[in-house]
Amino acid sequence: MDAILLQILNGLDKGSAYAMIALGLTLIFGTLGVVNFAHGALFMIGAFCAVTLNRILNLSYTVVDETQKDFLGNPLKVDVPYVKGIFGDAFGNAIIDWSVPLAILFSIPIMLAVGYAMERGLIKHFYKRPHADQILVTFGLAIVMQEIVKYFFGANPIPTPAPDALKGSIDFGVLVGLDVNAVVYPAWRFVYFCFAALVIGGVFAFLQFTTFGMVVRAGMADRETVGLLGINIDRRFTIMFGIAAAVAGLAGVMYAPINSPNYHMGMDFLVLSFVVVVVGGMGSLPGAVAAGFLLGILESFASMNEVKALLPGIDQIIIYLVAIIILLTRPRGLMGRKGVMED
Amino acid sequence: MSKSNLTRRGVLKTGAVAGAGVALPTIFTSSASAFTNDPGSASTVKFGFNVPQTGPYADEGMDELRAQELAVEHINGMGDGGMLNTFSSKALDGTGLLGKKVEFVTGDTQTKSDAARASAKSMIEKDGVIMINGGSSSGVAIAVQGLCQDAGIIFMAGLTHSNDTTGKDKKRNGFRHFFNAYMSGAALAPVLAKQYGKDRRAYHLTADYTWGWTQEESIAAATEALGWETVQKERTPFGVGDYSSYITPVLNSGADVLILNHYGRDMINSINQAVQFGLRDKMVNGKQFEIVVPLYSELMAEGAGEAIKGVYGSMNWNWQLTDEGTKAFVKSFGEKYGRPPSNSAQTCYVQTVLYADAVARAGSFNPCAVVEALEGFEFDGLGNGPTLYRADDHQCFKDVLVMKGKENPTNQFDILEIVDITPRAQVEYAPDHPMFAGGDLGECNPGA
Repeated sequence: MDAILLQILNGLDKGSAYAMIALGLTLIFGTLGVVNFAHGALFMIGAFCAVTLNRILNLSYTVVDETQKDFLGNPLKVDVPYVKGIFGDAFGNAIIDWSVPLAILFSIPIMLAVGYAMERGLIKHFYKRPHADQILVTFGLAIVMQEIVKYFFGANPIPTPAPDALKGSIDFGVLVGLDVNAVVYPAWRFVYFCFAALVIGGVFAFLQFTTFGMVVRAGMADRETVGLLGINIDRRFTIMFGIAAAVAGLAGVMYAPINSPNYHMGMDFLVLSFVVVVVGGMGSLPGAVAAGFLLGILESFASMNEVKALLPGIDQIIIYLVAIIILLTRPRGLMGRKGVMED
Repeated sequence: MSKSNLTRRGVLKTGAVAGAGVALPTIFTSSASAFTNDPGSASTVKFGFNVPQTGPYADEGMDELRAQELAVEHINGMGDGGMLNTFSSKALDGTGLLGKKVEFVTGDTQTKSDAARASAKSMIEKDGVIMINGGSSSGVAIAVQGLCQDAGIIFMAGLTHSNDTTGKDKKRNGFRHFFNAYMSGAALAPVLAKQYGKDRRAYHLTADYTWGWTQEESIAAATEALGWETVQKERTPFGVGDYSSYITPVLNSGADVLILNHYGRDMINSINQAVQFGLRDKMVNGKQFEIVVPLYSELMAEGAGEAIKGVYGSMNWNWQLTDEGTKAFVKSFGEKYGRPPSNSAQTCYVQTVLYADAVARAGSFNPCAVVEALEGFEFDGLGNGPTLYRADDHQCFKDVLVMKGKENPTNQFDILEIVDITPRAQVEYAPDHPMFAGGDLGECNPGA
């Protein structure tokens, strides 16, 4: 029981990242009809927003503390962040400590701008081109973005810690009546899942309950008719591209403490997220989210020793195996609509 | 219609003459030089420092580079001379090497064997280096050692801990100062048995390449000999980042010790995630769950932070040792870089000095003369006490340190404490020990 609960929890954080990236991919595909291979790079840029803010907050000046000695016995040189000088020790420390959650606010305008620039600057020229052209150009764009990040931040992963208060663990076993320490789960991974649920819920609510969302949904169903009604659907779709970029970016910001950001992290998630989109059904937003969590949890279960003893190597291939089975039995994916990618 | 005078015999004759003509300059070149990259009458000689500047072991690589640069400074007579002042051999006098100034080039191994070989090849062929020093990663060290053997270059290994480097993959042109996985097991197991008892069940998470395999084998053999049971040996891909799917199965395996055969950033990630999943707070089989990191480093400990408190491991050397060599090196390095050196930095510094000293003693850059000078060489004053470069396998034998993550660190660098200095005799083994069997040093290759 505790092993199963732990695997479900463990699948949720990975599933959350898959779901958020896949949601953005599907949004872009559903609105603009573009297969965006640069979406993983947006996830990576989000993570580097967290790194950048952390570095800005840690900009320091050096003071010599005569009361302390370094390892050579000389007076200790201490780096004092400017933030502490401005806001005082306690508040300054708290700001630095909470740099990753603060990066959420920092990243939203950046990601919206990056998304807007990407769409207006490059991708809009490829709307009427075949999907193969779109894949090539967005894949090339992803590599360019990676290399830019590599140039400025180097090729090595950059540790970006969660706030001290959320670095520990939550004893889930106790919450559900199991023994103490039976199911212990890292607090930040749980925060990540809650955050993902909030973001995904927010996107759905935005599309479901706002006039803007209604127009976008109408445009997704029949772009031409909405256009004929005198609505500038292109502008709305551009905004949706920005929102999809922001969702991927937020997924990246909060993922930074789980896995230290490096320039290549987007590519690692991109392929899996595409599988998630295909399994969920091209163009289906609930499908992308459901498939994200489903595949995250399946991947987690496949890593259990009992499962691997029966099927060695299953943990490495489970996602692709499930994708093959679903595509053979339900070619449109779990919740795919008729007519999408079938022309 | 034109008539051709081309005959089979004519073509062969012309081909033979042309071939001899083309080969002639090469023949003259090879007879002009007895060995690869002979500096001849040049005023400088070049060393190649091939270290990981990117990849999971990059932190170690960057520290190695600092030490290598310092070693070159000391050999050329700059700075305070560091360990040259305490080294038992006095062949180096701080005026360069055989009247030549030492220069160096650096390369990035990317912690990948193919990139490391390409980088080493470029250093040998384009930069004309006479010796290559570097690591980290045994996969890389073994690959570059093989390349150097074929090219006729001396390879002074940096941080490489796999038994295979001086076991089945040993080469006459390659030398290792760093200790190995067998030595870690021999030093660590008795301390573990004393601390945690002889009735323990161990679960290994192992980096899936030569170093991980031999460390897993060595630690499992050493702990099993003391009564421990090995529950599971799980291989993890190199540089995986997220270990959660490997750690959660440990929780229900019945194991009460997790042995992390990981290094560099892989170890930082795996130990932090193991602690976050509550492993160290668990009671299993009526005992406190424990984590062991057989190969420690200061940089890893710094990166892992709180997670390593109370965790046991082993090291080749540590800056807190109190011998004169260590003190001299820590002072030079600390004043130049503002931090104490890691054990990967120390091994690269020592290897560079040992190579230079061997050249000076031999009076020649010829790799075969250097090999002869290093084989069976006994020395002291380089931080590890009396040390032997064994001729049979080119492995250094010296004391090994057992370390523990400090419970109450007083500063950023005060994170590990020395628990035991295991005497050299306890970690020695026969050259034909089964864990090292199958290799052959072969003949020295001067190249050219």
